[in-house]
Amino acid sequence: MTMSEMPLWVTVPGTLLLVIGGLVTLIGSLGLLRLPDLYARMHGPSMGTTIGTASVLLVSLMVSSAASERPVIHELLITMLVVMSAPVSSMMLLKAALYRDVQRWK
Amino acid sequence: MNTLASLTSTFNAVFTQAVNFAQLCFALAMLFATVRLVKGPAAQDRVLALDALYTTGLLTLLTLGIRSQSTAYFDMALLIALFGFVGTLALSRFLLRGEVIEP
Repeated sequence: MTMSEMPLWVTVPGTLLLVIGGLVTLIGSLGLLRLPDLYARMHGPSMGTTIGTASVLLVSLMVSSAASERPVIHELLITMLVVMSAPVSSMMLLKAALYRDVQRWK
Repeated sequence: MNTLASLTSTFNAVFTQAVNFAQLCFALAMLFATVRLVKGPAAQDRVLALDALYTTGLLTLLTLGIRSQSTAYFDMALLIALFGFVGTLALSRFLLRGEVIEP
């Protein structure tokens, strides 16, 4: 698998964004594993959903724009979809957890 | 001009390493989400872990697309985003009401 040579305006911000996105997603998933109860655990993966997805999609947008030598913006579709759907599913799951979790109501 | 070419190739190598690092991070994150999915005490923990697993799988596919510079992975990532959202919605609806589509 040979990558063609990317210009500098892709590789310098791309490296930064990939490292930031990977670390933030890893920390969020570690929070999902380690935090004590569900209402605390819910905060972890949302970090990966927002910052991780945004940075990786930005890098993907830059790489495909540089590879095809024209502006390619169809990655913004996934960004819009994920950013709009993550709060909805989170709220629904939180409502279900509150409804089921009668013990914690104190 | 020669300096610019050598700088470009150096940063290409760094960028390849950054893609490797991001893939390693996403693989570890998927592992953590799988552990939570297996041992989560209640059903809502498992649904949350499945949602995180879907999102991290989407990011892994996008990183594969960056690595191979092809747009074929984009469609799979879009489908995973759609079905992950619908699946989480249906599962939390089931946990809340006992059935997904009410008559």
